[in-house]
Amino acid sequence: MTQRILIDPITRIEGHGKIEIDLDSYGKVSAARFQVPEFRGFEKFCEGRAAEEMPILTQKICGVCPIAHHIASTKALDDLFNVSPPLAAIKIRELIYHAFMFEDHLLHVYYLGGPDWLLGPDVPASQRNIVGLSDRMGKPFTSMMMAARNKAREIIARISGSALYPVFGLPGGISKSLSTEDRDFALSASDDMVSFARMSLNLFDKLLLKRPSMAEMMTDPLYYQPTYYLGMVDDTGRLSFYDGRIRIVDPDGTIHSTFEARDFSRHLVERVEPWTYMKTLALKDPDRGSFSGNEPAGIYRVGPLARLNVSSGISTPLAHAEYEKMMNYFGKKPVHHTMAYHWARLIEVLYAAERTAELARDSNILHSEVRTLPKPLLTERSGTGACEAPRGTLFHVYQATTQAMILKLNLVVATQHNAAAICRSVYQAASRLISDGQISEPITNRIEMAYRAYDPCLACATH
Amino acid sequence: MNKPKIALYWCSSCGGCEESIIDLGEDLLKLAQSAEIIFWPAAMDARFSDLEALADGSILASLINGAIQQEDHVSMARLLRKKSRYVIANGSCAHIGGVIGLANLHRPEEVLQRAYIDAETVANPLRTIPGSQPSSGAPLPRLLNRVRTLDQVIEVDYYIPGCPPPSELVEKAIFSLLENNLPPKGSILSENRALCHSCPRQDSLPERLSVQRFKRIHETLWNPLQCFLDQGIICLGPSTRGGCRSRCISANMPCRGCLGPLDGVRDQGAKSISFIASLIDETDPEKIAEIVSGIADPAGLFYRYSLAASLIRTRNKRLEQTD
Repeated sequence: MTQRILIDPITRIEGHGKIEIDLDSYGKVSAARFQVPEFRGFEKFCEGRAAEEMPILTQKICGVCPIAHHIASTKALDDLFNVSPPLAAIKIRELIYHAFMFEDHLLHVYYLGGPDWLLGPDVPASQRNIVGLSDRMGKPFTSMMMAARNKAREIIARISGSALYPVFGLPGGISKSLSTEDRDFALSASDDMVSFARMSLNLFDKLLLKRPSMAEMMTDPLYYQPTYYLGMVDDTGRLSFYDGRIRIVDPDGTIHSTFEARDFSRHLVERVEPWTYMKTLALKDPDRGSFSGNEPAGIYRVGPLARLNVSSGISTPLAHAEYEKMMNYFGKKPVHHTMAYHWARLIEVLYAAERTAELARDSNILHSEVRTLPKPLLTERSGTGACEAPRGTLFHVYQATTQAMILKLNLVVATQHNAAAICRSVYQAASRLISDGQISEPITNRIEMAYRAYDPCLACATH
Repeated sequence: MNKPKIALYWCSSCGGCEESIIDLGEDLLKLAQSAEIIFWPAAMDARFSDLEALADGSILASLINGAIQQEDHVSMARLLRKKSRYVIANGSCAHIGGVIGLANLHRPEEVLQRAYIDAETVANPLRTIPGSQPSSGAPLPRLLNRVRTLDQVIEVDYYIPGCPPPSELVEKAIFSLLENNLPPKGSILSENRALCHSCPRQDSLPERLSVQRFKRIHETLWNPLQCFLDQGIICLGPSTRGGCRSRCISANMPCRGCLGPLDGVRDQGAKSISFIASLIDETDPEKIAEIVSGIADPAGLFYRYSLAASLIRTRNKRLEQTD
């Protein structure tokens, strides 16, 4: 006689999901499914739309990471029209992008996944949220956190209209240049951002790494999963969010492949399961490389941990030092411990803050020329735009008529790449935590922590 | 004394309306002191079973965002309606269907087929469509035959417009509720004036607007201080409710209508088409046709946020009455 346990809905996540756990007659887990019951259909209803409206349409895929879609879409249009934006436009896009990565990651750290490790996973459910966090950490700290996010979101709003609804992206540039006033705001805000990022890493060190009961979560086999990793790198192989080539590394760290974003379909394939709306991705050719074991081949991960695993380092000094500290802690790269996503995310927060400060200091960012007008399309064309969304690599591919109307579009979005790994992480945690058919709080929460580390965005993943 | 209960839920949603509430910042913490946020899957750990266990009418207000696109959205909307004194449609999708409404230009099977079978990176030789066949686990909720607004499935007390609504609109709505200081039932909680009235460019309006040619935003530059319509660029300010502080105009981009129409306007797209038509200063039918042909994608432009609420609602008229 089997029993089914339902965790419904799963919480402190962007999007809809439920976890179903099937138990056999011994009370052991026979199956666990991370089911995503949502789907909207952007890949169809954006057909027939005007190409230049796509950055605004596609940012409606996600209200938490609208900038990621807006930028990937804008870059897809740059490619479609074969037009290069002026330098200032690229710098401003990057400035906004790094401010966005900073604040979106911090949303996860303090509102979503963070309460588990900041407060402890076994704290009562009613306290495991931003209100409980504010009670424990105190108002001054909470205000500082909110102020840091608000400043980053204001940098975004000043150029793009709103952090909730960015509209500034155009093929060949952006809609307005950066005023000295807005640049000065970004400069001052970025100093606060760097300082808060460092504070957050210190907090992680104090509340997690230096507390044995919490630190053991980092290396607990409960959350260990060897996989391939995929992420964007710059031309020297370092972490990159806005632009670069895509790199895949094997589970033992060998570089499997590096390729241009527009060639991604040669390396990745989407699969469909009947029981969930989230498509799952796998490597087309995982057999190169030395990984062997009983793990299903072709599963790879994206997002903060994956990005640090594929990179040779970080271009900004403070974040690079933290990257080295993390790699030394685990002693081996790639790091396969899923809880390390939380650490990697904080290191990326620091990198994003440092890059925002660098870009704000770049004199090129004040130039008034921010648009190159594209020439009319002479033939039907395709364009691909890619960037690193907070939760993973994002691809927008558009095919358009000579009238610049969208014929077809294909979106491969961030969390989707992690679909298989998330399912396995949840199964792993459930099967080890439930052995006698008993489930209760806080076991439920510890199973949920298996997906929260990834900071999934399920609206994005299903679009 | 018991704190009033608030619930927040999302249907076919991007999460932006949640993000707008997070943007309340410290006022969110204040809200959590004056009210008990009893259910909010995005940010808090309560389950559906906790919601079902509540007495009917015991929630002061449920703020529901997202369009009604799946059968479980209908059942959740009805459940929350039963448990709540007030239901507030939060954001464009709940209010007028949002961009999700554009799915009504296709049949649901076509939408699913593109995503799960035809997309170029998909390998699905068995042509599996999620939810359409028996499989392990609980059945997936099916798509409805058309995307609906919240008030097309339950009675709605108030609407907070915008995609997403600016945080200050949400804040004002919630605190008005807690102070029992609400306008008449059915009100849309933002100013009842066209965006033009608060637009920073309104002083640049000439005596009379007239357009000889519509220009698409990728093929032209424009003056950042001058009315878009006066430069031949379509801006939906005249047919769109204000209250957003012209956030897109400040980014030097034209309005696309996300706060929906003013009171008394039954169909925002028709209103937009009507005022755009009035700008065409021509009498020769051939010349008019040429000017109109310069408008790319009228459906996706004029009905971008409001197709599900419009008079036409859906292309699939034969399916409309089923489900």
